[in-house]
Amino acid sequence: MSTVTPIPFDDAIATFDPVIGLEVHVELGTRTKMFCGCPTDFGAEPNTQVCPVCLGLPGSLPVANAKAIESIIRIGLALNCDIVEWCRMARKNYFYPDMPKDYQVSQYDEPICINGYLDVTVDTDEGPRVFRVDIERVHMEEDTGKLTHAGGATGRIHGADYSLVDYNRAGIPLVEIVTKPVVGTGALAPAVARAYVTELRDIMRGLGVSDVKMEEGSLRCDANVSLNRPGAEWGTRSETKNVNSLRSVERAVRSEIERQAAVLLAGDRVVQETRHLHEDTGVTTPGRSKEHAEDYRYFPEPDLVPIAPSREWVDELRATLPEQPSARRARLAQAWGISDFDMQALVHAGVLDLVEESVAAGVAPEAARKWWGGELTRVANERGVDVATLSVSHGDILRVEELIASGAINDKLARQVFEGVLAGEGAPDDVVTARGLAVVSDDGALLAAIDEALAAQPDVTEKIRSGKVQAAGAIVGAVMKSTRGQADAAKVRALLLERLGVSE
Amino acid sequence: MEADLIRQPAAVLGDAIAAREVSAREVTKAHLDRIAQVDDRVHAFLYVDTDGALAAADAVDAEIAEGIRRSPLAGVPLALKDVLAMKGVPTTCGSRILEGWRPPYDATVVERLRAAGVIILGKTNMDEFAMGSSTEHSAYGPTHNPWDLERIPGGSGGGSAAAIASFEAPLAIGTDTGGSIRQPAAVTGTVGVKPTYGGVSRFGLVALASSLDQAGPCTRTVMDAALLQSVIGGYDPRDSTSINAPVPDVVAAAERADVRGMRIGLVKELSGEGYQAGVEQRFREAVAILEDLGAEVVEVSCPHFDYALGAYYLILPSECSSNLARFDGMRYGLRVGDDADRSVEEVMSLTREAGFGAEVKRRIMLGTYALSSGYYAAYYGQAQKVRTLIQRDFAQAFADVDVLVSPTTPTTAFRIGEKVDDPLAMYLNDIATIPVNLAGNCAMSLPVGLAPEDGLPVGLQVMVPPQADDRLYLVGGALEAALRDRWGHLLIEEVPAL
Amino acid sequence: MSAITRAEVAHLARLARLALAEDELDHYAQQLDVILQSVARVCEVAADDIPPTSHPMPLVNVFRPDEVAPSLTQEQALAAAPAVEDGRFRVPRILDEE
Ligand SMILES: [Mg+2]
Ligand SMILES: [Zn+2]
Repeated sequence: MSTVTPIPFDDAIATFDPVIGLEVHVELGTRTKMFCGCPTDFGAEPNTQVCPVCLGLPGSLPVANAKAIESIIRIGLALNCDIVEWCRMARKNYFYPDMPKDYQVSQYDEPICINGYLDVTVDTDEGPRVFRVDIERVHMEEDTGKLTHAGGATGRIHGADYSLVDYNRAGIPLVEIVTKPVVGTGALAPAVARAYVTELRDIMRGLGVSDVKMEEGSLRCDANVSLNRPGAEWGTRSETKNVNSLRSVERAVRSEIERQAAVLLAGDRVVQETRHLHEDTGVTTPGRSKEHAEDYRYFPEPDLVPIAPSREWVDELRATLPEQPSARRARLAQAWGISDFDMQALVHAGVLDLVEESVAAGVAPEAARKWWGGELTRVANERGVDVATLSVSHGDILRVEELIASGAINDKLARQVFEGVLAGEGAPDDVVTARGLAVVSDDGALLAAIDEALAAQPDVTEKIRSGKVQAAGAIVGAVMKSTRGQADAAKVRALLLERLGVSE
Repeated sequence: MEADLIRQPAAVLGDAIAAREVSAREVTKAHLDRIAQVDDRVHAFLYVDTDGALAAADAVDAEIAEGIRRSPLAGVPLALKDVLAMKGVPTTCGSRILEGWRPPYDATVVERLRAAGVIILGKTNMDEFAMGSSTEHSAYGPTHNPWDLERIPGGSGGGSAAAIASFEAPLAIGTDTGGSIRQPAAVTGTVGVKPTYGGVSRFGLVALASSLDQAGPCTRTVMDAALLQSVIGGYDPRDSTSINAPVPDVVAAAERADVRGMRIGLVKELSGEGYQAGVEQRFREAVAILEDLGAEVVEVSCPHFDYALGAYYLILPSECSSNLARFDGMRYGLRVGDDADRSVEEVMSLTREAGFGAEVKRRIMLGTYALSSGYYAAYYGQAQKVRTLIQRDFAQAFADVDVLVSPTTPTTAFRIGEKVDDPLAMYLNDIATIPVNLAGNCAMSLPVGLAPEDGLPVGLQVMVPPQADDRLYLVGGALEAALRDRWGHLLIEEVPAL
Repeated sequence: MSAITRAEVAHLARLARLALAEDELDHYAQQLDVILQSVARVCEVAADDIPPTSHPMPLVNVFRPDEVAPSLTQEQALAAAPAVEDGRFRVPRILDEE
């Protein structure tokens, strides 16, 4: 297959309408696996959280985890789904060494939750816009083991000499959430995809059913994209597998739109295939295309009995649902006195939880928004990590705010304090001391710096004297520079004008 | 009782051990000696756990000395079909692919046997992964029928039945997916019971067809079967398909052994064409005895039984093609062709090709076909509907009668090699036993005499509704007692000396 | 029912991971055909209004509590493995990505 040079996104969207579909796998945070009592803790020594059942040893039998079933019903309810009255687990048969039984216990034509939806909001130039993403099904299945590819040069599957399998993850309960095709998003398709996954993540977190850590793989997303000319039939779709950050969801959709548009404009056909997103370049490449179409030979799992949730049970579980994220956002926006647009910015940056936690720790809402939505998000993006993983605590933010309020530091210095905290230099006070970041409040020192700046720029000095007060900025800037930002700019300005005997 | 320790029923041995007339060690030793003497000809065992058995016997003797009797079967030896996982002991399922595998866990049945103080002598031969009706499909060579060493002992549990019939063990465990306990019982002159589906835990039973498999007792007397079923039966939270209800009191029923006032139905579809004359003759004589004992006998029709074999040979291969997928050479058992260059797919395929025998491969292929897209509805789907029809036939019959009876098998034991290359002829052996598995009912086979034309044992099958296992023992106990009165001994006493 | 072709048998063998020899392909093509012809009678009887029975006993909602039970040790887990490295099962190289 020839590689094409992607065409710019705006050009792609000018010619084609994208249709997207998202399949999200969420590992549930149950204590034990789906069908056995092995623990699900992340990071254990390989093959120490396994037993005859999850190793698929001959003779072993599964028994479903009640908590997992309860969790999936709550997820379905939170996603506005119907909970079916009767369904079965099925076996999906295919051979793969990460699957101990060489079939996955999953659901096929009888998912437990069907026909839901989720409203997501994205920013547009005309303000926030709500899209309804219809959810086709939410079903229960089991995770596979983890493969490590050894030998060869790359550590990737291609060219590896052999592979190693750790079955600790095999059998952890997975919930798969599948959307119906999402149409009409146009240029917003990447943003809608990201907003949907973000919203899902927030719902899971609110339900307490999963820790939804994309970096640990407890939330994984497959993104389907196809393009069609307006009014024409839908095109062939590609499926980008295992996208593992919110940013990547957006990038995967965008990059596939750019690539497929180029393929179509070159007169070629899009191939139905799975693709992989490269985190470093943001580009997708094809997986090995299959010689034969898989035939999973689904049939009802005979080792498990049907699931028939009573309406009483479903109602009981419905009563345990937490506030929906959209309701929560409205409530917080009002409490913090901010607009929908400001709220959307926080959600988009993925910092709403963090702001709420900081506020709960005593930080003023305005300040919490400023730091999480601004400086800290900037640092996280620069580092290419999730902002929640930054090593800064709500207590740190509270302390920085206290230092600013007391006049010990200013906003500019505060950024340096955070830089120090993130670099592991200790608590805010330690960073202030170690880096000598206190605001220069000694008038004598400031006046000396002012005199030096005035002497260096006699023409500016003359202008100010003659009443052109707006020229004072150049001197203030020079003073701030010579004090490495440790002066209070307003104070410098006042002292300067006083020195030259002019008033505003 | 020393001289004929090996010829005693398990119930008698259990009482003698409890009364300290004989030790569990002596009983165990006697059976181990018998195995050493005759098993080169019978080949019932794949593995004899001499040390484990003697240690378990000593533990029982120590407890008996302290006045502890774990169960009526404490100290009594048993032969275990090699399809049940037993911790630390080789478990092969009669297959090359599992050669050398020692499970790190016990099946629930094994746990319960140990808890009851039953002494497990070893693992018995079987058709590979329980696929077959002759034990000729074992990767480790055939088992021979003690009545005639040239003949098959039935299958798939031919090893367990032959061990009982050759006095190598008074008790054995079999598993029955389409008749693998009852058909070997019939052709070896022994008693075999397939309990209600869900009545005995399947945890640790290496699955052939999950929705059909059930473990059960193989014995020489009806009472022994009742004692053994009550040891292994009952709810197990590790098996989702286990019935959470008390086990019917089968021991009391075996003691009562009474058919007075009972309505017995002869299944019209399970006789006639294909049934050997001597089999039908002995069967009818036994039915006449039941009538004499006070039962009322009527003929009933179960029209969909004619479709049972077809449904079975779609459902079983489908489930087994999936159940046997895990034998891929990655985690345990055989691995073939791993030369550091071949891909995982090639190594899996070479391993399975080398590790499975012809019948297993045949059924995996058949099941793979029946489940493939495009055929699922026509085959597996239709077969599941036939299952419903068969359940309805049973329900309708049991609305009129208390139990159903039929010959267990259409013929007596055939010769080794006679049908091994003709799968369809082999499959016909299970024609009378399969409907019970499809419906989930329970059934018993017990010996009712020797066919006049070949002098080989004939079995009668009793079928009752699910969870009415006790009713089997009322009929079996009564018929066994009447026949013993007539013959002056159990039929098994007529088995030729080895 | 049409006869099963050799190519179909080869496809089934690949799905089932059986490296069948050439002569086995023919053998199974013929045998599967015979067996399927004989079992195909099931198609005759079961009407659309008959519900399928997948489980012989009508049990539903069998669950276990979310409580930790002992796992095997790594040594026990790997004891029967044909090849082991680094506490993991070692398997031959994988060609196709799932
Ligand atoms: Mg899935
Ligand atoms: Zn486990």
